[in-house]
Amino acid sequence: MKKILIKNGRVIDPANKTDELLDILIEGNKISSFKKSLPFTAEKVIDAQGKIVVPGLIDMHVHLREPGREDEETIASGTKAALMGGITSVCCMANTNPCIDNVSGVKFILLKAKNEGLVNVFPIGSVTKELLGRELSPMGEMSKAGIVAVSDDGSSIMNAKIMRRALEYAKTFSLPVIIHSEDLNLSQGGVMNEGKVSTVLGLIGIPREAENIMVARDIALAELTGAKIHIAHVSTKESVGLVKEAKKKGIKVTCETCPHYFTLTEKSVGKYNTNMKMKPPLRTQNDIKAIREGLADGTIDCIVSDHAPHLDIEKDTEFNLAAFGVVGLETLLPLIMVELVEKKVLSLSEAIKKVTLNPATILKLKKGRIKVGECADLTIIDSQKELRIDAGFFHSKCKNSPFIGRKLKGFAVTTIVKGRIAMENRTFVSN
Amino acid sequence: MKLKNKDLLGLENLDKKEVQLILDTAGPFKDLFTRSIKKVPALRGRTVVLLFYEPSTRTKNSFELAAKRLSADTLNVSVSTSSVVKGESLIDTVKTIEAMKADFVIIRHGMAGAAEIVSREIKSSVINAGDGAHEHPTQGLLDLFTIREKKGKIKGLKVTIIGDVLHSRVARSNIWGLKKMGAEVRVCAPATLIPKEIESMGVEVFYDLNKSLKDVDVIYTLRIQLERQKGQLLSSLREYTEFYGITKERLKYAKEDCLVMHPGPMNRGVEISGEVADGNRSVILEQVTNGIAIRMAVLYLLAGNK
Amino acid sequence: MVLHEKKIIMNKAEIDRTIKRMAYEIVEKNYGVEGLVIIGIQNRGVPLANRLASKIKEMESVDVPVGVLDITLYRDDLNSAVNQPIVRETKIPFNIDRKKIVLVDDVLFTGRTVRAALDELIDFGRPKLIRLAVLIDRGNREFPIQPDFVGKVFPASSKELVCVELKEVDKTDRVVLKEIEENGK
Repeated sequence: MKKILIKNGRVIDPANKTDELLDILIEGNKISSFKKSLPFTAEKVIDAQGKIVVPGLIDMHVHLREPGREDEETIASGTKAALMGGITSVCCMANTNPCIDNVSGVKFILLKAKNEGLVNVFPIGSVTKELLGRELSPMGEMSKAGIVAVSDDGSSIMNAKIMRRALEYAKTFSLPVIIHSEDLNLSQGGVMNEGKVSTVLGLIGIPREAENIMVARDIALAELTGAKIHIAHVSTKESVGLVKEAKKKGIKVTCETCPHYFTLTEKSVGKYNTNMKMKPPLRTQNDIKAIREGLADGTIDCIVSDHAPHLDIEKDTEFNLAAFGVVGLETLLPLIMVELVEKKVLSLSEAIKKVTLNPATILKLKKGRIKVGECADLTIIDSQKELRIDAGFFHSKCKNSPFIGRKLKGFAVTTIVKGRIAMENRTFVSN
Repeated sequence: MKLKNKDLLGLENLDKKEVQLILDTAGPFKDLFTRSIKKVPALRGRTVVLLFYEPSTRTKNSFELAAKRLSADTLNVSVSTSSVVKGESLIDTVKTIEAMKADFVIIRHGMAGAAEIVSREIKSSVINAGDGAHEHPTQGLLDLFTIREKKGKIKGLKVTIIGDVLHSRVARSNIWGLKKMGAEVRVCAPATLIPKEIESMGVEVFYDLNKSLKDVDVIYTLRIQLERQKGQLLSSLREYTEFYGITKERLKYAKEDCLVMHPGPMNRGVEISGEVADGNRSVILEQVTNGIAIRMAVLYLLAGNK
Repeated sequence: MVLHEKKIIMNKAEIDRTIKRMAYEIVEKNYGVEGLVIIGIQNRGVPLANRLASKIKEMESVDVPVGVLDITLYRDDLNSAVNQPIVRETKIPFNIDRKKIVLVDDVLFTGRTVRAALDELIDFGRPKLIRLAVLIDRGNREFPIQPDFVGKVFPASSKELVCVELKEVDKTDRVVLKEIEENGK
């Protein structure tokens, strides 16, 4: 059995509250031991001196676009981008074409992922058939087939009664419901945050209340039903407050945010920069502050990319016509490092927890920790590694990043998936 | 003294000196209109393309006449809005126009930011002739010119803009221009037609028309799109007229010598009564004349900015 | 570019005498003031036109109509100009049809300004004739244009500038020869 030894890295595992210089030995696809000064008995030794070794990162909110929009991304290209971003597990959203609202869809994703995926892929099924918010999807069957959660992400279930039934039904199968919170009536026609910038630019705004109202409603419904809900891509101060209060009351709610919501504001839209167009929209400095506080006090459990690739032709257009969404798999980690760790919003361990242990716990994945006998998914981070984000940086099929032009620091340099070194020194390693 | 950019996309990013230069240059151009030969050879051989994605007879005619009075050649390209979504992309369309070696592209588009996108893609000078609810800079300039001509100054004047500010590029360009030149600006409309945080542009918001007109030097009334009442923004046009229509009785709240302005085309009897539109305070037709002079000045000044 | 003053070509008294003489010549050549109008080219042709008109009034007790012409929009170098020249006022408050026009400018150099002025005047109507009066003829003509009334002929080289300063614009009356120094050397 092939052995890989990772020497002298600073091992951080929030699950064990570990933060010390340790060696890790991998045998086959499992971690066989991790302790100080393991003997050099492996065929492959990785010198991790000065580097950080963490459980493989989990991005629980990704759009891989397959099936249907293979021109934008495929399971192969999306998982390659994940690999370069130090991410060893992705959860892919159901809003493909056709959407994942039945067992054959789930099986398609799992088969594709098995054959072409470079990281672990966990499918998410839809809450309602065809994401229409009318009839419930076969959550039981899909759960058996392998989904880890249900979500109608990209759309909203406007009918509160249907949402109530959906929560009850998901609870039956112990599935968390990931909720895209948007009151579609309030947000109708909107293309950016409603406020000073939208007024000056003459663009139709999406009021923050479109998010807040739905977060409040679904927390109430979670209380009513006892279901587990997870609020996707939190962007407002009020949402953070609502989740915080709900958690205090013991309601089963968790939530996530994305790097752009703790880094950028509506001002970044500037002169109609369509790479700044996403849902929910970029908000204000006050919201950034609240989101950072929510991350620090544990209100916000996870950080996700909401990786949403779009082609140039979908973005090089009038702002109104441009597609919503940004890529993020490859910039998730460096933005956490630069904006949260370096700026002391979170300790390194707390930050890593939000992309490892926390999503694994919410989705009940046997991932996100370093444990003897468990699958060896590991990410080695060079906190000093600097790279400029430009079009040539990306391995995704699309480059619609709001961070183009920035120099970021703190990248994954080596990614190990199921005991295989799949990316080493920022170079892709083929099978 | 020259303009800083090759394009005129809005008044927000012009500085006061540039606004003044355009207004000062428009004066001699207006004088040309009194001659029997109203044409000068200044832009002989230049090509001006009028790219209109929205029907607008007035603005197009005004630009076309301005270009022709400067001896430039004009080409009209009309694209129906329906083809925007399905057909050739905006960028492809303007690149085709650039390949025809146009010196100027004058663009009117229903979506905010369209002129900005075009200006980034091509070397020709781009003049924004109205982009969605964003800006309509030559309208703003011609309004400033008209006010300055009639009042002798802009600084210190009180101006109330009445109507659909939410959807109005004319309102935005006027607010930027008037604030830049030192006027005090108020906006007045039902709250459904006032965009959020408009106060950040330096204006005061009123819902009561009579109060908003107190001591003003200029009443600027915007066209109300007749289809707005279906969009849940108004209950009925009748009610709008009752509360926000400019009538002779309402004028008494403003200064005795106040100007009444409208960017046209007017809905007589809706936002403005016929009596006021044709009355001695109205400068609506002069706005039209001045529009040509302003557009000539802009074309002339940008021609030197390659 | 640095300019330095090389020489005074005319002083105030000389300018005054010259304008008086030119006024006499204009009236003489026109056989009186019948049908006569004076049009000054912006910028310094305008005060010169006014001064000629007032001298003629002293002589003939007649107000000769004076117009102002800005030739900017008729220039032949607008396509190559880096900055667009400022457009000034043109004001010809009378009909020029069948009039005898005296066109006035300060310095005659290449002749291009006069070419533009002639084109512009033609757009105003059909005068009987147009004559040209200049305070200084500095030579170096590029167009076949000659003045009818000249204050002073002063041949200058291409590195030199002949600057007419008039108190209406410059607060002083004099004509100065200036030279361009290469990068201040």
